[in-house]
Amino acid sequence: MFSFEFMQNAYLAGTLIAIVSGIMGVFVIARNMPFMTHSLSEIGFAGAAFGIFVGWTPLNGMLTFTTISSILVGKLSGRVQSRREAVISAISGFFIGLGILFLSLSNKNSSYATNILFGSVIGISRQDVLQMVILSVIVLLILLVIFRNLKDDSFDPVGAQTNHVHSATISIIFLIILAFSVSVAAQIVGSLLIFVLLTLPAASAKYFTHTVIKMMGLGIGFALFGVWFGLYLGYVTNWPVTFFIATIEAAIYALSLGYNYLRSQTE
Amino acid sequence: MSDILISCENLSLSFPNHQVLSDLSFQLHRGDFLGVIGENGVGKTTLVRLILKQLRPSGGHIRLAPGLKIGYVPQFRNIDVEYPLSIRDFIGLSFTGLKLPWLSGKEKNRVNEVMKSVGLTEIADRPLGLASGGEKQKAYLAQALINHPDLLILDESTASLDPSTKKELLDVVLRLNNQLGLTILFVSHDMQLIREYPKHYLWLQKDHYETGKIQDLPEGAEEGLYV
Repeated sequence: MFSFEFMQNAYLAGTLIAIVSGIMGVFVIARNMPFMTHSLSEIGFAGAAFGIFVGWTPLNGMLTFTTISSILVGKLSGRVQSRREAVISAISGFFIGLGILFLSLSNKNSSYATNILFGSVIGISRQDVLQMVILSVIVLLILLVIFRNLKDDSFDPVGAQTNHVHSATISIIFLIILAFSVSVAAQIVGSLLIFVLLTLPAASAKYFTHTVIKMMGLGIGFALFGVWFGLYLGYVTNWPVTFFIATIEAAIYALSLGYNYLRSQTE
Repeated sequence: MSDILISCENLSLSFPNHQVLSDLSFQLHRGDFLGVIGENGVGKTTLVRLILKQLRPSGGHIRLAPGLKIGYVPQFRNIDVEYPLSIRDFIGLSFTGLKLPWLSGKEKNRVNEVMKSVGLTEIADRPLGLASGGEKQKAYLAQALINHPDLLILDESTASLDPSTKKELLDVVLRLNNQLGLTILFVSHDMQLIREYPKHYLWLQKDHYETGKIQDLPEGAEEGLYV
């Protein structure tokens, strides 16, 4: 299987995605942002369509759209929790509308669109992998710098107000690196299913372990398992990799909920 | 640091359509245990927010001793049953700043130290979401102590607890006050606790206030609060 360069690339990319998603996912869950992540995936699709239309790579189009929309969401919703969901709906609706427009204007055949939406293993070149490495390193470096303040702001927003963590700045920075992570992850699982990797592994991990760093470790583990095993099953069966990854992660989540239920019954 | 941690002179705060605090003057001395009482809406939490510099006074002054470190236990927190962090990890959240993700040995020792001082050592690794109301309050208290504050502010921290848990928590606070000389500002509705623990009181009322030694708190104060 690894004699094919596209499989090597897919595994390299998948491993990177799993690491970034496992770590970022813990904050996505703590900050209660699965909806934002889901919307960013769709906005990523629109960005890719825009990229194709103006002759950029889809990844650069995605980065542009997801970053701009993240900043808009952060600025417009501020600290008002109840407004955030509506702001996300408005902004993602607008950007997805734009995406559909660009897709129809660019006259590309629809297989291009399905690749973006559902992911494609074959589509990943060495250069894509290189760009993903750079983006992932940027995300991880930024996380390293803001880690403690982001952790406090995510897991104890009330307490963080008196800890001088610069909550507003932290929120915007987090949204921007979330946009980067979404764009990276979209390369393999497709923009429709990025939120699978950015939410489910971390959402599962929290039932088994109770420190931020261990949740990240376990989240990475769950994501890696899904990506590696999904790629293998896709290779063997010729069915879409995305289907396997989504199914594996959903199954892990279902098992985690079951485990939590059983534990609460015995306590 | 001087002996006066907080000094208010003619402090006033008005929101667009109503005055919350007017002409409030008092001093908080190091080592004091001050109980702040008053009906809803007279400005207890507003006073706390002025001390925390989350609000600016519209008149008068509030002066904090230079370098004053404040530990704050807020009124509300949304910690539900699925909150994943252990009590130990939750307390460590307050080590913020641009530092390495994992806590240093010194920081871990400090977490152990504050857990011991509030009596959480035995359940340190249990998820906070599964802790009882009293255990949660102790964890909030421990977290507020982590950076060696000079002043601890408790804003209605006991409101949701049953009577014996309230006393247990305040016994811990009183011990910190007696043994470490930690200054306490305790905001509460509970007159029984106010008469039992603080050394001084600050009774905020509409348009005026009273302050003094706790034994001089008028007998009628209870009725004033509950009508």
